[in-house]
Amino acid sequence: MKITILMLALVVSSYTAFAQKYFTKTASVQFFSATPMENIDAKSGQTTSIIDFATGDIVFKIRIKTFQFEKALMQEHFNEKYLESEKYPEATFKGKIDNYTAINLKKDGEYKVAVTGDLTIHGVTKKYSTVGVITVAGSKVSVQAKFPVKLADHDVKIPGAVKDNISETVDVSVNADYTEMVK
Amino acid sequence: MLRTILTRSLLTAFLFFASFPAFAQGDLLDLLDSAVVTTPVTDYTEATFKTTRIITSRSIETPSKGEMQFIIAHRFGRVNGGWREFFGLDQANIRLELEYGITDWLSVGWGRSNVFKQWDGFARAKFLSQSTGLRKMPITAEFLASVAMNSGKWTNPSRENYISSRASYVFQLMVARKFSRKFSLQVMSTMVHKNLVATNEDKNDHFMVGAGGRFLLTGSFGLTAEYHYLIPGRLVSAIDAPITDHAFSLGFDLETGGHVFQIMATNNLGMSEHQYFTSATSGKLTKGDIHIGFNVNRVFTLANYDKIKQRKDAKRLKKEGGIK
Repeated sequence: MKITILMLALVVSSYTAFAQKYFTKTASVQFFSATPMENIDAKSGQTTSIIDFATGDIVFKIRIKTFQFEKALMQEHFNEKYLESEKYPEATFKGKIDNYTAINLKKDGEYKVAVTGDLTIHGVTKKYSTVGVITVAGSKVSVQAKFPVKLADHDVKIPGAVKDNISETVDVSVNADYTEMVK
Repeated sequence: MLRTILTRSLLTAFLFFASFPAFAQGDLLDLLDSAVVTTPVTDYTEATFKTTRIITSRSIETPSKGEMQFIIAHRFGRVNGGWREFFGLDQANIRLELEYGITDWLSVGWGRSNVFKQWDGFARAKFLSQSTGLRKMPITAEFLASVAMNSGKWTNPSRENYISSRASYVFQLMVARKFSRKFSLQVMSTMVHKNLVATNEDKNDHFMVGAGGRFLLTGSFGLTAEYHYLIPGRLVSAIDAPITDHAFSLGFDLETGGHVFQIMATNNLGMSEHQYFTSATSGKLTKGDIHIGFNVNRVFTLANYDKIKQRKDAKRLKKEGGIK
């Protein structure tokens, strides 16, 4: 009898652990390059992501080709020459929310979080640390974060002719609304 | 006793297996691939060529929707003119061209060449686009139609000249494939119809088959070449004489931001398809009848349809909000 209860408890606990995963297919990732010559602004609304609140793990995956630019020619150059999206079709982030234990999914509110992890762009992985905000509202969880990415860190080469038009460091902002993962 | 052992081992087994999902959770990125499935999309191949021309003949690239492409093209005189002609640079022939992308697959354009004082208008449609992913297509195919009118003085004013004699028509089918990031190849077949030809032996319809390609050396710099074979027996006064060669060009592309510079050596003075393909303006390669020339291609974004749509949506929302 005891054993049955124990087994049941285990099943229930493993189930709740699973239910602490949240996911999205439509996270928005935007980057902004500002120079005196021109501002470049690109956005992708098709980023996928999962947060596991049981472990604090957080991952993002984005297809480079989904970035939309104001000018078609910018988009072509971005894919063709700078990010080489045929060779490196995806950018990924794999990290951990350092203070994930502070987040109470049952209590609505804004939680300031620190995230550390590996960001892979253009086939080059670099460690990043940034702060963001996780908002819990009922069954919805959303994430906002902003951090700078230096193009040279990911081996993205900008030719001399357009050096004045593209900033060496671009600001990346992430906006994602998650729903609970049911399985 | 046996029962206890059995239940204990069962429990151990259960615990062992129950811990598996925890292991599987190890890599969330893998879970992202397997569990969070995004709808498959079609990836259209971009930048088969740097610009809308391989060298002088058109590539399958058209301006994107809302973009205007402006081309200033020059062909200098023949280099075998020697130093007295400054190796051809004393003589400059020009063509201006504007092409607008109505959609990503349909464009219209207008051009003017000083050779034969010719105006032309054209339209072209991409009816197949190379793609991978959801919809797979190995090639891009495009159809071009162009009409030109010579506005020069009649060469023989004494005879009865009709306005229709000024016109010529070009129809072209292009098929291209981007084999790799660096290498693209295009084959094309062209028909040129001229209402008025030079001699009685010349036919009005001329046919060519041609090929062109580019090889990128760096992201912004590539080598290009093209050749068009004119089917013999129809342009008797020129190609069969023979005083001209089949149209041939060798060049390179240099891209800087919004500009693409194309610099070439060619046996041909023609810059519009009406002149170039029929070799009406070309010389003999073997005699050194080579022209140096360049195209400057500049793209202007005239209309940003995403922005226009956003603005319209915002306006509509505001209006609807006002009614409420």
